[in-house]
Amino acid sequence: MVGGGGSGGLLENANPLIYERSGERPVTPGEEDEQVPDSIDAREIFDLIRSINDPEHPLTLEELNVVEQVRVQVSDPESTVAVAFTPTIPHCSMATLIGLSIKVKLLRSLPQRFKMDVHITPGTHASEHAVNKQLADKERVAAALENTHLLEVVNQCLSARS
Amino acid sequence: MHHHARPSFCSLRGCGSASLPGWSSLENPEPRTRARGIQLLSQVLLQCHSLLLEKEVVHLILFYENRLKDHHLVIPSVLQGLRALSLCVALPPGLAVSVLKAIFQEVHVQSLLQVDRHTVFSIITNFMQSREEELKDLGADFTFGFIQVMDGEKDPRNLLVAFHIVHDLISRDYSLGPFVEELFEVTSCYFPIDFTPPPNDPYGIQRDDLILSLRAVLASTPRFAEFLLPLLIEKVDSEILSAKLDSLQTLNACCAVYGQKELKDFLPSLWASIRREVFQTASERVEAEGLAALHSLTACLSRSVLRADAEDLLNSFLSNILQDCRHHLCEPDMKLVWPSAKLLQTAAGASARACDHITSNVLPLLLEQFHKHSQSNQRRTILEMILGFLKLQQKWSYEDKDERPLSGFKDQLCSLVFMAITDPSTQLQLVGIRTLTVLGAQPDLLSSGDLELAIGHLYRLSFLEEDSQSCRMAALEASGALASFYPGAFSSYLLPKLAKELQRGELDVTREHGPNKCSRHLLCLQALSAVSTHPSIVKETLPLLLQHLWQANKGNVVIGFNDIIAICQSLQQVAEKCHRDPDSCWYFHETALPCLFALAVQASMPEDSSVLRKVLLEDEVLAALASVISTATIHLSSELAAQSVTRIVPLFLDGNISFLPENSFPSRFQPFQDGCSRQRRLVVLLMAFVCSLPRNVEIPQLTQLMRELLELSCCPGCPFSSTAAAKCFAGLLNKHPAGQQLDEFLQLAVDTVEAGLGAGSSRSQAFTLLLWVTKALVLRYHPLSSCLTARLMGLLSDPELGPAAADGFSLLMSDCTDVLTRACHADVRIMFRQRFFTDNVPDLVQGFHAAPQDVKPNYLKGLSHVLNRLPKPVLLPELPTLLSLLLEALSCTDSVVQLSTLSCLQPLLLEAPQIMSLHIDTLVTKFLNLSSSPSMAVRIAALQCMNALTHLPTPVLLPYKPQVIRALAKPLDDKKRLVRKEAVSARGEWFLLGSPGS
Repeated sequence: MVGGGGSGGLLENANPLIYERSGERPVTPGEEDEQVPDSIDAREIFDLIRSINDPEHPLTLEELNVVEQVRVQVSDPESTVAVAFTPTIPHCSMATLIGLSIKVKLLRSLPQRFKMDVHITPGTHASEHAVNKQLADKERVAAALENTHLLEVVNQCLSARS
Repeated sequence: MHHHARPSFCSLRGCGSASLPGWSSLENPEPRTRARGIQLLSQVLLQCHSLLLEKEVVHLILFYENRLKDHHLVIPSVLQGLRALSLCVALPPGLAVSVLKAIFQEVHVQSLLQVDRHTVFSIITNFMQSREEELKDLGADFTFGFIQVMDGEKDPRNLLVAFHIVHDLISRDYSLGPFVEELFEVTSCYFPIDFTPPPNDPYGIQRDDLILSLRAVLASTPRFAEFLLPLLIEKVDSEILSAKLDSLQTLNACCAVYGQKELKDFLPSLWASIRREVFQTASERVEAEGLAALHSLTACLSRSVLRADAEDLLNSFLSNILQDCRHHLCEPDMKLVWPSAKLLQTAAGASARACDHITSNVLPLLLEQFHKHSQSNQRRTILEMILGFLKLQQKWSYEDKDERPLSGFKDQLCSLVFMAITDPSTQLQLVGIRTLTVLGAQPDLLSSGDLELAIGHLYRLSFLEEDSQSCRMAALEASGALASFYPGAFSSYLLPKLAKELQRGELDVTREHGPNKCSRHLLCLQALSAVSTHPSIVKETLPLLLQHLWQANKGNVVIGFNDIIAICQSLQQVAEKCHRDPDSCWYFHETALPCLFALAVQASMPEDSSVLRKVLLEDEVLAALASVISTATIHLSSELAAQSVTRIVPLFLDGNISFLPENSFPSRFQPFQDGCSRQRRLVVLLMAFVCSLPRNVEIPQLTQLMRELLELSCCPGCPFSSTAAAKCFAGLLNKHPAGQQLDEFLQLAVDTVEAGLGAGSSRSQAFTLLLWVTKALVLRYHPLSSCLTARLMGLLSDPELGPAAADGFSLLMSDCTDVLTRACHADVRIMFRQRFFTDNVPDLVQGFHAAPQDVKPNYLKGLSHVLNRLPKPVLLPELPTLLSLLLEALSCTDSVVQLSTLSCLQPLLLEAPQIMSLHIDTLVTKFLNLSSSPSMAVRIAALQCMNALTHLPTPVLLPYKPQVIRALAKPLDDKKRLVRKEAVSARGEWFLLGSPGS
C-alpha cells in the first residue's frame, strides 16, 4: 500500500558534498567605463560554466565542486582556455556528459579565436584518459551533438534552472 | 415563449387543463409528440413556477411523477418540468421526497445526455436548498440514491455540481448511514483530477475549479480518513508531479478537520513519503508543499486533546522525524543537511509543544557540532541552522521565565555567537551578528554582562575596514535593532565611546585628515545614526551631531565637504528613525532646524569668508541640508507644523532671526530683497520646509511669498536659486486648494513664463518655471495643465530650448525626490502618467510627423520618455499604433532615444510576442545593428532585446537562427565584459531554439 522506494534509489550518489555558490561578480567602476577594455579572465570563464546543471542532481557543477575557478587557465592575448573538471566520484558514469556540456557551453559563449581544452582533473577518474580523448576529438564532439538524445541532455544542462 | 405563459397559465387554473394548447399531444400515442407536448408544458412552468398555487403543484407533480415511467424519449422533458416544480415555493411537504424517490427509482441517470443529467443535479440542489429537513427524513436512502445518480459521471460541468452536492451532504450533516465508503468511492475515483479544458471552451471550467471542489469534498470529513489517506500516500509516491502536488495539498487541507485518531495508523507512511519528497525532489514546489503538509500534520497532532492514559502521538511522530534527520545535521558539508534542517524547523514551527520537543533535542546537538567542526564554513552552516531554530522561538510566547526553552542554553549560545563574530570568516561573522540580534529580541534572556560584551563587539565591528563592508552594515543594523530593546545599555556602553571618537576627530585639527581618520569619522557618524532607534537615544545622539557641526562652523575642527555631507546624511537617518514616534519627531524638528538655519544664515552673510562657510553654501551641501529639513518636517502633526511655519516664513520674508541661536549676525538676512546671491541660495532650505508641510497648514504671508518666488525664479545668473524658487512655487501651487487665489497664482505664473520666454536673457529660467508649474498641475489633474503641456510641446521645435523641452518630458513623468512627492503631502493622482499619455501622445506623434527633419529627434525623445515611464500593461494595448514610430526611433542616432526605445521594446517582446512577431525582420536587423553601437549601454540593451526575442513563437524565429547565431559571435568578443555577458546569454538562448531538451 505504501510506496517506500522513490526515484531516489537510482542516484549514484544520493547525499553528495555540496559547496557554496560564489555570488555574482561585483561590477567594478572599470567595467562601467566605456573606454577601459576588460580582458577575458579566469573568473569570466568560471562564470560561464559554474551554473551548468549537473545531469543527475538539481545542483550546479559549482555546488558539486566539479568545476572550480582555480582549475581554469585562460590567456586572452593567446586566445587559449583550459578547463579541468573533477567528477564527484571516480567511477562517475556522467563524466563524459559533463565534459561535453562544458565544452558546448564554451563553444557557444567564447569568441571563435579561442582554442579550448576541456579535460578531467588528473587522477580523479577511472577512465580519465579515454574521456579526455573523446572530449579533445572535434569530430566525435560534433557527432555526439548530432545525436538528438545527447543534445537534449546537454541542452537541459545548459538551460537556466526553472 | 413568454407571451404564451400567462394565458396558458390562466387557462390551466380557470378552465381545467383540457384547454391548454398542446394538451391533446400529452396523451398522443407517438412518444415524440408526447415529448414535445410535455416540453411545451415544462417550458411554461419554468416561466411561471412562482405563480402556481399549492393545489396546482400537487396536480402537476402527480402528473410528472407518473410520466417518469413513460418512454425514454419523453424523460428529458419530464425532468425539465420537475426542475421547474422544484423551484416552487408552494410545494407542499412530502412532495420533494416523493419526486426524488421517483427519480431514483425510475430514471437511469447516467444513460441520459449531459444536459439532462445536469437537470437531475439541479433538481437535487434545489430541493437541498429549500427542503433540507424533509430530505433528511429520508435518511441514508437519499445519500444512496444520489450515489447512484452520480456514479459514472464524466462531464466536468456536472461534476462541479455533483461535488458541490456531496460537500453539502457532508457539511450539512445528512445521514450517510452505511454508505460512507460508497460516497468516498464515487468521488475519490476522480482524484487526482486530470483535466485539460478544450481550446475555446465556452464553459470556462478550469482544472483548478475541479481540483478545489473535489478537494473540498475529500477533506470535508474525518470519516473519509481511513480511505483517503492510503490513496494520498499512493499518489505522493507516484511519479507524476501534479499528482504529488495535489495529494500534498489535499493532505494539508485534511489536517484542518482530522485528529490523532484518523492519522494514527498512517503517520509512519506519511512521514516517509514527505521525507522522501523533501530529500530528493528536484522541484521546489513539491518541496514547499511537502513542508506545508508536514506543518499541518504536526499542528494537527499538537491540537488534539488527550485522555490521560492515551499515547501522545505528537511525541512519537516528532521522535521519528528527529531520528531520521538528526544525523544529517552532523554533516554540514553534505547535501541533506539543509533538507533535514528544513523538515525539523517546519515541524518545530507548528506548535509551541513541537518547538520545545525539537529545540530541546536539536540545540544541544548543534552546539556540540559547532565545537566539533573547526572550519569556518561548516560552523557557518551549523550556526545558520541554530539561528533558524532560535527564530522559531519568537513565534511562541512563554508566560513563565523558567519555562522558556532557551534559558538553559543562554550562556553556550552567547559564547558561540561571540566566537562567530570574532572569526576571520566574514560569512560566519554575518550569521553571528544575525544570531545576536535574534537572541537580543528574546525578552529577558541576555544579562547586562552579555549586553556589555555584545555592544563591545558591535562597536568594534562598526569600525571595520572597507573590505568588510557587509559585516559593518550588519553590525549597524543589529545595533539599531538591539538599541530599541535596550536603550539603557547602549546609552551607557556605546554612546560614550562614539562621543569620544567624534571628539578625537575634533581635537585632531592640526593633522591633515588622512584616509584613515577621515573614514573613522564617517564610520562614527554612521554608527551614531544607526543606533538612534529609541527616543531616549535620539536625545543623546542628535545634540552630539549638531554640536559637532557647530564646532566645525566655529573653526574648531578642520572639516571638509565630504564630512559635512556625511553629517547631513547621519542627521537625515536619525530624522527618518524618529518618524514612528511623534514626540521624537517634534524633538528633532525643534532642536535641529533652528541650528541648521542659523548655520546657513551665518554662512550666507556677505562679510563671511571662511573656507567652511563657503563649503556650506555649495549645491550638494545645501541639498543635503534641505533633505534633513524636509525629512524632519514631513511627519509633523499639523498643529506643530503650524507653530514652526510662523517662525520660518518670516525669517525669509522679513529677516526675522529671533528664533535662531547665536544670532548676532553682521548684516540683515534678506534673501528675496537685495542682490546678495549667497542669501538667495538658501531659498532651497525654505523650499524643503514649506513644501513638506501637511496640506492643511496655513502659510502666513502666502501671496507675498508666491510673488517673491516667481520673481526669483526668473532671475538670471544663478540657476541653483532660480530653480529652487520655481520648485518651491510649484510645490506650494500643487497643494493649494482650488479657488480664486489659486487662479490668481496661476495667472501670475503664466504671465511670468510668457514674459520670460519672450525676453532673451531669461528664457531658460522661464522654461524651468514652466516645466515645474506644468508638473505641479499635471500631478493634480488641474484643467490648466493641458494648456501648459501644449506650450511645452510647442517648444520642442524651438531651436534653442528644443532639446531641453524633450528632456523635460522625463521630469514630467518621473517621481521627484525632494518636492511634489506623496511623502511630502503633494497632490499626486495615481493615474497621472496614464492620463498624460492618453492626453498627449497623439499630439506628440502628430507633431513628430509634421516637424522639420532637424527637430524630429526632439519629439522622439519626448515620446521615449513618456513611454518609458508608463506602466507596461497600459502601454500594451497602444502598441500597434505606436510600434512603427518606435521602430523608426531605433534608427534615430541619439543614443538616449535608442536606449529608451530599446528598454521600452524589451518588455513588450516578453508580453506581446504575437504583435511583435509581425515585425521580426526589422527587429532582428535593428537590434543586431545596435549591438555594435559605440555606446556600451545601447549595446547591452540591444543584446537584452535579442535575448527577449527568443520569447516570440519559435517558428517565427527559426528562419533567422543561423544568421543571428553568426552575428552574435561578434559581441562575444566585445571589449566590455558587461556586453559580453549579455551576448553570451542571448546567444545561448538562440542556440536552444527548436533544439531538443530546451
